Amino acid sequence: MTGRRATVAAPDRRHPRSWEDPLFRGLAAAAAGFFLLLTGAILLELTRGSSLSLAKFGPSFLWSSAWNPVTGDFGALSSIAGTLISTAIAMALAVPLSLVIALFLVELAPPAVSKPVGAAIELLAAVPSIIYGMWGLFVFAPLMSDHVQPFLSDHLGFLPLFQGPPMGIGMLTAGIILALMILPFITSVMRDVLRMVPPVVKEAGYGMGSTVWEVARQVTVRYGARGMAGACLLGLGRAVGETMAVTFVIGNNHRVSASLFDAGNTIASALANEFAEAADPLYLSALVELGLVLFLITFAIQGLTHAWIRRLERSAGRGL
Amino acid sequence: MQEAGMRRRHARGRKAADLAMRVAASLAALLGIGVLVLILAEVARRGAPALGLAFFTSLPGPPGTEGGGLANAILGTLALTATATAVGVPLGMLAGVYLSEFGRDTRLGAAVRFCVNVLMGLPSILVGLFVWTVLVVPFRSFSGYAGAVALALIMLPVVARTTEDMLALVPHALREGALAVGAPRWRATLIAFKAARGGLITGVLLAVARVSGETAPLLFTALNSPFWPRSMSEPVANLTVTVFQYAMSPYADWQAKAWGASLLIMAAVLTTSLLARTFARERTR
Amino acid sequence: MNATRPESRPTPPLAPRPQVADRSVADRSAADRSIADRSIADRPAAADAAATAPPKISVRGLDFHYGKQQALFDNNLDVAANRVTAVIGPSGCGKSTHLRVYNRIYQLYRDQRARGEVLLDGENLLSPTTDLIELRRKVGMIFQKPTPFPMSIHDNVAYGLKLHYRLGKAELAEAVEKALRGAALWDEVKDALDRPGTALSGGQQQRLCIARAIAVRPEVLLMDEPTSAIDPVATAKIEDLVEELKKDFTIVIVTHNMQQAARVSDYTAFFFEGRIVEFGDTRQIFTKPVHRQTEDYITGRFG
Repeated sequence: MTGRRATVAAPDRRHPRSWEDPLFRGLAAAAAGFFLLLTGAILLELTRGSSLSLAKFGPSFLWSSAWNPVTGDFGALSSIAGTLISTAIAMALAVPLSLVIALFLVELAPPAVSKPVGAAIELLAAVPSIIYGMWGLFVFAPLMSDHVQPFLSDHLGFLPLFQGPPMGIGMLTAGIILALMILPFITSVMRDVLRMVPPVVKEAGYGMGSTVWEVARQVTVRYGARGMAGACLLGLGRAVGETMAVTFVIGNNHRVSASLFDAGNTIASALANEFAEAADPLYLSALVELGLVLFLITFAIQGLTHAWIRRLERSAGRGL
Repeated sequence: MQEAGMRRRHARGRKAADLAMRVAASLAALLGIGVLVLILAEVARRGAPALGLAFFTSLPGPPGTEGGGLANAILGTLALTATATAVGVPLGMLAGVYLSEFGRDTRLGAAVRFCVNVLMGLPSILVGLFVWTVLVVPFRSFSGYAGAVALALIMLPVVARTTEDMLALVPHALREGALAVGAPRWRATLIAFKAARGGLITGVLLAVARVSGETAPLLFTALNSPFWPRSMSEPVANLTVTVFQYAMSPYADWQAKAWGASLLIMAAVLTTSLLARTFARERTR
Repeated sequence: MNATRPESRPTPPLAPRPQVADRSVADRSAADRSIADRSIADRPAAADAAATAPPKISVRGLDFHYGKQQALFDNNLDVAANRVTAVIGPSGCGKSTHLRVYNRIYQLYRDQRARGEVLLDGENLLSPTTDLIELRRKVGMIFQKPTPFPMSIHDNVAYGLKLHYRLGKAELAEAVEKALRGAALWDEVKDALDRPGTALSGGQQQRLCIARAIAVRPEVLLMDEPTSAIDPVATAKIEDLVEELKKDFTIVIVTHNMQQAARVSDYTAFFFEGRIVEFGDTRQIFTKPVHRQTEDYITGRFG
């Protein structure tokens, strides 16, 4: 429409100068190319930064549990284990709860409830992680040490997982805070997935004489299963690299412990706590190598998510 | 269909299970949502008392003393976010334009798209680590520039992706109409930008909201400072790192200020997100 | 099996029915009612076994609302057992809405309300005490788009069986096979029961849904434009199937395709703007329609 106006109003409009479009295209391509450069540079710099540590410890860095800045002996085991454990706790708590909330919003709640609550959940997903960290340190950790941890060691204390002094902060607390942080994010993605299940398929479920729960479990959830797995992978990617929600409450201790009450650390929390203070080149290098490990972990999760979503898109043609 | 009947299953158990699950799901949902709301309420409750006039106008006092404010950190966060936006948004948009207008099926387009995805999933602390190696170590100083660049790098993939997605929604006829009368490609793209305005503003606002609450990428780039921000080539005070340092301090007054700063950050982020949503709604109308 | 059922039920309390004669009644709503009220039993054209049996479903004074907007006005209709009743009319005339009352599927949506009586074997299924699970077992539904569940072919058919029956493994396999045979799908899928139901072609998917519906041994089958989303060859198969199925089930089929209504149905109801304009023997509706609107519609002169 703009085009037609141009022909009528200004038929003898100047011709585009020959350099305009190549310049435009070149600028855009340069900006795009910057992303390649950036990704490459990140990988390169992380590798370069860890060269001292890589040379000194070799692959044993990955499974050494040493972390001694005084003697200059470093290993990533406690950080990798902490990252995986806190993420596992977070996912174990957040995924089922997200699923239930999403089902509640899509299948059970009346529109007067589900609309505002759904919008609120989307907003909550934007709350910065440092807020969760603050709340975790000052409100939740005391709650854990006074009530939750004593309760757990009274009733499940025979498990090594729940032994030790109730300090409030520690691996379990970090996992729970992490869960709360990714909860709104996973929930809002799952809600979108569930909302895309065509109503006629649900009607077919009800038409067979199913109850609401049966339709939700056997039809809706199955229908959205792959999309929801994608949502979980996205949440996983967030949890693995999350820094502030964890750093406040994990206790920052480079020890591998069987008890979830014990203080631990994750790669991100170790970086946040120690990096600015580390002066020794080997110490810094070991920390950068931790970063490199985290990069590779998130890269692997990314790859998985990507492949998963691609499969999803390819199968989307077939009625799903 | 006439032969012996199949044994019927009673629906009573199924109905009971249905009711139980519905109640359980509703309760679980209420619990989850309730805890989240409780967190926000607690931040508001503890943060509000700290937000006096001094909080917005004065410098922090020396460690352990009462009074003072975080005016420097507020100013610093604004400066960092504004600089990051000024760098990140144009660059990200240009890349988005490439992906949507030129790089649909090119090899470069596919590679860039891959990188955008990788960068979107990159933990923000690693962005901080990277910027430290390229901007802090060589210049031997933490700096506001480094912090702003770190935030900009976080915005980049988000803005690029949003731009690509929003431009992809603009019908091709609109661009072709412009190209058909001899308008250069960049003018046609400008028209597409106009059509996608609402979505683009939403995307940019969400990106701004996200980086304004980031802490991890600033920890070893902008660091923090007890002084007024004077130059971007020095460490610059900012709210999020201040929250981290004050919360971990033993001083009650600092902890109270950390709550105040948390509330301020939360309010700013939520307001920006809400604003973004209203733009998104306008677009769909 | 359902042929034996109605005998145990009381005959529905029907209003005295006027004879066919009143063709020139000026008042439209009165005409609607009188024509719709004509029970099959009164018409010589339907002088067969069904004519003597009470209707499977009797609709009396059915109104329907979407929020504040009324979609059905005083519908009255008798559905004969073991016959195919077609519901035709221009789009938006309320034919699907009418059908969706029979299994109360409309109730999934909060703002939809039905008022009046729909008697299934003499019992008002709109009554608040109706057990929806049992109602929907007795009244199966086939939708416009095939709706296979995201599970294997076998599990799709077994879905309703597991809900409503306690079956051993062998019994279940037998029932699944029987349903698939009943839907004329067995020969095509017997070696691929583990494949996802969504991997079948559109026509096969629709027959899978029919198998799924008849597996639980319903008495009535509701078909809401079952062939509108599939190709002509598959459509022909389903039409043949409908002919086959009416031996065991009472079928109500909504269709926008008049040839289809003429081919498969015994009775036809013509809907217009939420009212049943004309209801009667299919042959008569298509050859000698009583109402001008019906004639206009079936001859394609509709605006």
